[in-house]
Amino acid sequence: MSIEEKNTIPCRKMFTDTLVGLAKKDKDIVAVTTDARGSVTLDAFANQLPAQFVELGIAEQNAVGVAAGLVSAGKKAFVCGPACFYVARSLEQVKVDVAYSANPVKILGVSGGVSYGALGFSHHSLHDIAVLRTFPGMHIVLPSDIHQTKKLVEELVDYPFPVYIRVGRNAVPNVYENENIEFKIGKAYLLLDGDDLTIIGTGETVYHCLQAGKKLHEQGIRARVIDMHTLKPFDREIVEKAARETGKIITVEEHSIFGGLGGAVAEIVAQSTPVPMRILGIPDENSINGTALQIFNHYGIDAEGILKTALLFHSSK
Amino acid sequence: MLKVKESKVKELESLAENIRRKVVEIVFSAKGGHIGGSLSSVDIETVLYFHVMNIDPENPKMENRDRFILSKGHSVEALYAVLETKGFIDQGMLDTYGQFGSKLAGHPTKKIPGVELNSGALGHGLSVGVGMAMAAKMDRKTFKTYVLMGDGEQGEGSIYEAAMSGSHYKLDNLVAIIDRNTLQISGKTEDVMSLEPMRERWEAFGWEVIDMEGNNIQDIMETFDGLDYSNAKPKLLIAHTTKGNGVSFMEKLAKWHHGVPNEEQFNLAITEIDAKIKCLNEE
Repeated sequence: MSIEEKNTIPCRKMFTDTLVGLAKKDKDIVAVTTDARGSVTLDAFANQLPAQFVELGIAEQNAVGVAAGLVSAGKKAFVCGPACFYVARSLEQVKVDVAYSANPVKILGVSGGVSYGALGFSHHSLHDIAVLRTFPGMHIVLPSDIHQTKKLVEELVDYPFPVYIRVGRNAVPNVYENENIEFKIGKAYLLLDGDDLTIIGTGETVYHCLQAGKKLHEQGIRARVIDMHTLKPFDREIVEKAARETGKIITVEEHSIFGGLGGAVAEIVAQSTPVPMRILGIPDENSINGTALQIFNHYGIDAEGILKTALLFHSSK
Repeated sequence: MLKVKESKVKELESLAENIRRKVVEIVFSAKGGHIGGSLSSVDIETVLYFHVMNIDPENPKMENRDRFILSKGHSVEALYAVLETKGFIDQGMLDTYGQFGSKLAGHPTKKIPGVELNSGALGHGLSVGVGMAMAAKMDRKTFKTYVLMGDGEQGEGSIYEAAMSGSHYKLDNLVAIIDRNTLQISGKTEDVMSLEPMRERWEAFGWEVIDMEGNNIQDIMETFDGLDYSNAKPKLLIAHTTKGNGVSFMEKLAKWHHGVPNEEQFNLAITEIDAKIKCLNEE
C-alpha cells in the first residue's frame, strides 16, 4: 500500500465529522439515530449540537418516519444507523414515507455489506441495492473512500432527492489522493483507462478493483476501472461506452449477486450493447463468518480474486 | 368545558352532511372505496378543516400552516370531499375519482393540494407527525400537527414507537385522534385483536387521553377548543364513532368497510342524507 493510500479514518467518521462542520453553519441539519451514536460516530454531533440531534432509541421504523416528518417541515434530516436495519426493519417507511412521499431524507447506513463480518447474516446488508433500486425516486450512493465521502456529504445537504448512503465499518485505503476530486452524484468516475476489459466496482470494492486493474496493466492487459459510486441514478453512458470499447465487463460488489451493481450493468448492456460479463459478489447463501477482508477473499471480491477472474475472463473467447 | 356558538355548530353540522353526501356520491360513482371509515371520520375532519386548523386553500404550502395526516389513508373519500369543500381541489377533480389516470388515488398523495403525506400503509402517520411536531419545536413555530388513525390500525407496532417518542420529546403540539368505530375489515376490533384498555395504554405511554363523541360536531369542537397545547404532553383523542355514520343501513356493519352501494342503496343513502340536510337548514 502506498503512502497516499494509507488511511486510518473510517468513512462513517469522515461522514459525521463533515456533517458536524456543515451543521454548525446550518441549523436545519438534523441527525436522527436509533441508539447508534457510537456505531455511527455521532458523539461529536450529539455533544456539540444537541438541539440538532434526535435520539429515538432502538426503533428504526419510527426513526425513518420521524425523519420524513422533519424533512417535510423544512429540516434537512440525516437518519443514521446500521445499514442492515434501515433497509429491512424500516423498509416500508423508506418506501412510503421517504421515496413515495418524495421526502428528501438522507439515510446513512453504516457498517454495510459484510462489515459486521463475524456478527452473522442478521447484521449483513447484502440486499439493500437490489431492493432500493426498485423504489422510484430513491437515490443510492456507496462512496469508495474518505475523500469521496467528504465531497458526497457536501453535496447531500441540499440535494433535493431521498438518498441511501452505505459506508463500511472499518477504515479503508484511499482510492483518491485527496479531496480535490471531481465528484457528482450520478456520474461514475474513470479511475484507470484501458480497452481490453472493464472492471466496475462500487463502495469498498473499488480499491480492490483498482489494485487488480494496476496488476493487469503490469502484465500487459489494459484493464479499464470504473468507480460506480452511484447505483441510482445509474451512469449508463459510461457502461455502454465501456461495453463498446472493451468488449468485456466484470462487476464487483459487496452485495448479493442478484439485483445489485452486476444486475444494473447487465440490464443495460443486454439491451443495448451485449458483451460477456462476470458478476462478482456474494452468492445465494448466508455469507460466511469472518472479518470483512476474509469474507472479501473468500468470495473473490478482493484484489486477488478479481485479478484471478480477470485473467481467466481475458483469456476466454 | 368551553361552549361553542350554536350557530357555528349548526353551520358545521350542515357542512358535514354535505360532505357525507359527496362521500357516498364518489364511492358510488367510482364503484369502490372505503365508505364505512370515511363516514365515521367525516365529522372529525369537518371540524378540523372548518374550525380548528390554520390553513389556506389559496396557499396550501403556507409555512406555518397546521398539518393534518390521514394515517388511516383508506378513508380517503372523506378527505377528498373535505378538501373539495374547503377549496383545495375543485369538483372537476373530485369527479375523476376512480377513473383511469386520475390524480386522486385510493389513498392520499401529495399530488393533491393540502395533502401532507402519501399514506395508505398503516402505522406510519404518527411517526411522521412526531417529526413535524418536533420540527415546529426546533424552529419555535406555532403550527400544530393532527394525525387521524383508525382503531384497527392500532395493531401496528410502529405506532407505539411513535407514541414513546411523542411523550419523550414532550410534543404538546401534537394531537393524535383514533377513529374508534370498533370495526375493522374482518369484524369487531376486540374479536380480531384486543385494543382495550385503550385509554390506559396511551396514558401509560405518557399521553394526555381525552374521550370525545366523534360523530357529535359540538362535542368535537369543544374538545379541540379545550386542548392545552402547553402542558408538555402529546394528546390522544379517542373519538367514539359509528362506522358508516349517517347512512342507517351501513351503520355498525363491518361489511361496509369497503362495500359499494348499488343504485337502490345509493338512492336510499342520498335520500336519508338529504332529509337530514333539509332538517338542518330548516332549524
